[in-house]
Order: sequence, then C-alpha cells, then structure tokens
Amino acid sequence: MTQTLFDKLWQQHLVRDLGDGEHLMYVDRVFLHERTGSIALSSLAESGRSVRAPARTFCTMDHIVDTFPGRGDHTLMPSGRDFIEATRRCAHAADITLFDIGDARQGIVHVVAADQGIALPGLLQVCPDSHTCTLGGLGALAWGIGSTEAEHAMATSTLRVLKPKTMRVNFHGDLPAGVGAKDLILHLIARYGAGGGSGYAIEFAGSAVQALPVEARMTLCNMAVEFSAFTGLVAPDENTIEYVRGRPYAPKAEHWDAACAHWRALVTDADAIFDRELDIDCSEIQPTVTWGTSPEQAVAIDGSVPQLDEESDTRKRGAMEKALAYMGLTPGTRLTDIAIDAAFIGSCTNSRLSDLRAAARFLEGRQVAPGVKAVCVPGSTQVKAAAEAEGIDQIFLAAGFEWREAGCSMCFYAGGETFGAGKRVISSTNRNFEGRQGPGTRTHLASPLTVAASACAGYIRAAGEQP
Amino acid sequence: MSITPFTQHTGVVAPLLRDNIDTDAIIPSREMKRVSKQGLGEGLFAAWRYTLPGGREPQSDFVLNQGDYTGASILLAGQNFGCGSSREHAVWALREFGIRAIIASSFGSIFYNNCVRNGLLPIPLDAAQVELLAERVVRDPQQQRITIDLPAQTLALAAEPEGILSFDIREGDKQMLVEGLDGIALTLKHAEAIDAFEAQDKQQRPWVYL
Repeated sequence: MTQTLFDKLWQQHLVRDLGDGEHLMYVDRVFLHERTGSIALSSLAESGRSVRAPARTFCTMDHIVDTFPGRGDHTLMPSGRDFIEATRRCAHAADITLFDIGDARQGIVHVVAADQGIALPGLLQVCPDSHTCTLGGLGALAWGIGSTEAEHAMATSTLRVLKPKTMRVNFHGDLPAGVGAKDLILHLIARYGAGGGSGYAIEFAGSAVQALPVEARMTLCNMAVEFSAFTGLVAPDENTIEYVRGRPYAPKAEHWDAACAHWRALVTDADAIFDRELDIDCSEIQPTVTWGTSPEQAVAIDGSVPQLDEESDTRKRGAMEKALAYMGLTPGTRLTDIAIDAAFIGSCTNSRLSDLRAAARFLEGRQVAPGVKAVCVPGSTQVKAAAEAEGIDQIFLAAGFEWREAGCSMCFYAGGETFGAGKRVISSTNRNFEGRQGPGTRTHLASPLTVAASACAGYIRAAGEQP
Repeated sequence: MSITPFTQHTGVVAPLLRDNIDTDAIIPSREMKRVSKQGLGEGLFAAWRYTLPGGREPQSDFVLNQGDYTGASILLAGQNFGCGSSREHAVWALREFGIRAIIASSFGSIFYNNCVRNGLLPIPLDAAQVELLAERVVRDPQQQRITIDLPAQTLALAAEPEGILSFDIREGDKQMLVEGLDGIALTLKHAEAIDAFEAQDKQQRPWVYL
C-alpha cells in the first residue's frame, strides 16, 4: 500500500490503536525549557512518578533567561530567577541533561535540538512549546504539547494522540531572488488563513522546498503552527543527512549506515493520497510582511494595508478594524511608507547561522537608520560562536545592531525586556499578536533579510530596493 | 492535581466572538509569574480586562467585567480559540477564574488537549449556532443560561429547553472529563505494550536509544 511520509512516521511509532481515532504513540525525545519544564518536572515528582527515559530527555534555558552580555540567573523579568532555579533543581533531581546558562550548548530549544543532533530524521519528538514543529524541517515528527502532556510523555515514553489528516503543500518553481522560506510560509498563511492547516499534518514539497537549505526548511516548518497545523514536515534527503552527520547526539559510526538507510526510505510514495493538496507557484511570491495582529494579515512588500471593503466577511472585517487600531495604521498605506522604531533578528524561526549570514551579507558596509533600535539574538550559544568565528558579530555591531547572548529574548514579552508601547518593530519572529512583544508594541513579521534592509532604511523595505 | 469531573453544568455565558483568540491573549506571558499552576486567574485576559498593563483596574467594556455576566462559567467564542502558544497556563487561568466550558466554532489543537486534561470542556459548534446562542444570551445573560450535559453530548438554553443542540466529542476525551481521569494512569495500563514496542524498536532503530 502506498503511504505518505507522515503515515510512515506514524506507523513506526504506533504502540497501540486505542480506538475512536486515538493512538498511543512512542516518544523518542522530550525537550523542556525553564518556562514550563520546571512545572512539568515538579508536578511529575509530586505525583510520585519519575522520568522513564532520562537519557532521552533534555532541558535548556531559553524562554526567560536574559540575553544581555554578562547575564546570570537574575532576569529583568520579575521572578525569572525562580523559574531558572526551579528548572535547574528539577532537572538535576530527574537526572536529565540540562543545557544551563553558561553551557556552550545552551540556546533556544528548537535550535539546540538541531545543533546537537538531538532531533533527527524519523524521530518522534515533543516539547511543551508550540514551535516544536520546527524540527519537521529535518524530517522529524515533532509537535508542541502542554505541560500535562509533557508529564505524560516523560512518565510513559508515549502520548495519546488523535491522528491528524494529511495535507501536502507543493511550492512549485524557483524562488525569486531575495525570497526565502519565511516569505513562503507568510504567503501561504495569508492566502489560506491562520486556520487553514487546522487538523492536518502538512508535508511541504515541490521543487522550491527541495532546493531549500535544511535550516530554511526548519523556518518553513516552524510556522506550520501559525497555520494551525498539527505539524509540518519536509522529507529528509542527502542534504539532511549531511546536516546531521557528526553532531553530538547523531548516530555513532556503528549505527550510521543503518540510520541513513532508514532515513532514505522516509519519503512519500508515488501515488500516495493526501486528504488535501495545495499548489503554489513560487514565481508570484515576493518578500512578505504582516501589517496586522494575525500572521494571516500579511501582504507582499510592494503592497498596501488592505481596504476594509476588500473583505466581505463581516467578522474578518471586524478583526481588521481592531488590528488597524492596534497597529496604528490606515487602509491604503503602502508598506514601504511605514516607518519603524526597531528591528529584531532572532527566535526559533530565524536565528540560525544561515539567517545571520543572510542579514550580515546585506548589513556589511551599511548602517542602521538613526533612531532605530536594532537587536540580533543568535538562536544558540553554538550559533553565536560559529557566527563570531566568521566575523558576523563585527558586521552586526559595525552596522549598529546589538549582539546578544542566545535565547528567545524579545520574541515575546515575559515582563522583562520590551521595545515599548506604541513602538513599531520589524521582526524575524513568528507571532504578531497584540502585546506579544510587549504591551502596545506593534510587530511586523518578516524575513531576516527584510528586517536588515528595513533597519537600514528606517522604513519597511525589501533588500532589493536598497541602493 | 485532581481533576474535577464534568457531567452536567449550567452557567452564565459570556460571548467573546472574536476569531483567533490566542493563548497570549488568554494569559499574557507577563502574568505567568510563578512556578505554579495556581495564581493565574487574575491574569486571565489581562490585556483586555484591565486598563493598564500589569494593572488591576477593570476595563469597563470588557465582557467579563460587566455586571450582567457576573459568575460567567461558559465562554462563547469564534474560530480557532486558543491558537498560538502551547502554554497550559491559559487553561489553568480559565479554570481558576471559574470557566468550566468553552463553546467555539473551532479550537487550537494543543489548547483543546490541554482543556480535556484539566477538566475544562471544549465544545465545537457551527459558527451559525454560536452566533445564534450569542444573540439569545445577550438579551438577558443572567436568565439565558446554558445547560450542558456531557454524557448526553447536548446543550440547551435554560429558557428554551426544547431547543437542544448536540455536539461532538471523542469517547476517550469524554471519559477523561466525565470521570476526571489522569491520562498517565490510563496509559500505564498499557505498560507491557510499551515495553514490547521498545524491545522490538531497539532492534530496528538502535541509534534512537541513547
């Protein structure tokens, strides 16, 4: 019988069919962070249970820890230290691997998972963070869960899961110059809505996806959750295998060939049937930027904030009005006429080495516009060190960007650092929700390249439009 | 923490008919101050509920601050309620505030699972039915309560008991809610199957087992 990639991964992890669509699925890796990890671990311990497979359970500090140079356990967020200390205590008590502050492997959970080879093609991996789907870019079956489910995964090495439907999104053709994975996913969400992937596990395919570097595939899958999908996936190929080779937790020599043979079979069979397929012609995609407070409120960079009467659905029009009020924008304003106060490069969406390289190539010899606060937060301490070895930090600093320690940083506001109320930020992150980056802060999502170009222009701008 | 079983419930209904109400809106990150599942009710919908960030002065036009909706225990919402961040704090905050059920035209999938595991009933209904209920409720919120019967999978306005609507829920989710079950205990009944799977899988995928 022909199978999709998702069906194969599902079958390989199926412990038992529990009936009524619910399946008991074997979990290969659990990764925690200090925001919810401490609660999940302490709640597990309080119920008298232990972590079933501590050697395959990991934890990092990313959500709350500050990213200022010289940081420690103290955080700008009130009570942040409590989370950090509790996580450290619980991780040690549970005997799981912790990438603590000061560890050369610390960083954003989904960046570290790939850095360290903890995430691999074909693994089932979960984390109490919705962007765990990032790891689908490696061909892992990975998704975000709540804390209670994390306890369940740690206690039993399984999860009870409702099998989602399957969707394939085919990106046909070649990407125009200056268009990257972030633009693909924003374009998809704008076209089919923030709920467009609801109930589906999505395989991203087509010539444009095959041509994407592995790190860009992670960017694509990262925002599957903003499309409301169960997860996103890209079939592993030789590029994936080369990406994984030699990483600390990757298969060792004695298992390497067998692992590669297993991974090479992780493809959708010809003639396999998906519950839904979408086809997108990449030649029509431009650098894409959000104007509103949902990732579906995005347009091509040469476009304008839409007119209310272009939306026939009264509920959507109501949402547009609320978004316009929050964002301080009027319909018809050209995107490139919108001035920005700040620029942010970071987050599990776009903080890997290739993202920093793309921005640095643009920033070399250029300056951030006067009055724009520009911040770059590498996704992991390892990414930061690799970038510094190439001199990328010096390019960012010379251009006028701050160069930070690794963490989630201002992707969201936890009571600590923010750009401020009413400030307009062009951001390589994943959520433009009201208040996401701080009370009253206005977020425009874009690729790291567009963020770099906008930082220098002082206005929303594509890299191609700069002198 | 023990879960309160859910069988029948009658309560005041508060309509919040926006689409895509995300978990950042349900509980802003800045309101998740303690390493605990407790103490989150105050932060529920903080950005909409209070006049100032971090403040506690009620924003008078927010539905849960209006006297008509005092004691609300059921929310009515639009599409994709609970989308976004996986933070279970959203469910803990709703529960602590006193919300027992949410009727929406669709839910974020992680949020839905979090609800079921914490004794909060998510009810998916057609958008048209949600709007119809909202129209009825706003006329007199304290009188137009909704009665939910989970074992029967039905709900009705207290004033119009003949207008019964039925809703879908998976048997496993219903069982967890009705009996207030702990998923781990349920799953540990399959411990032998898990061990057997693992033993066989170790032969096939040895590199997985660090």
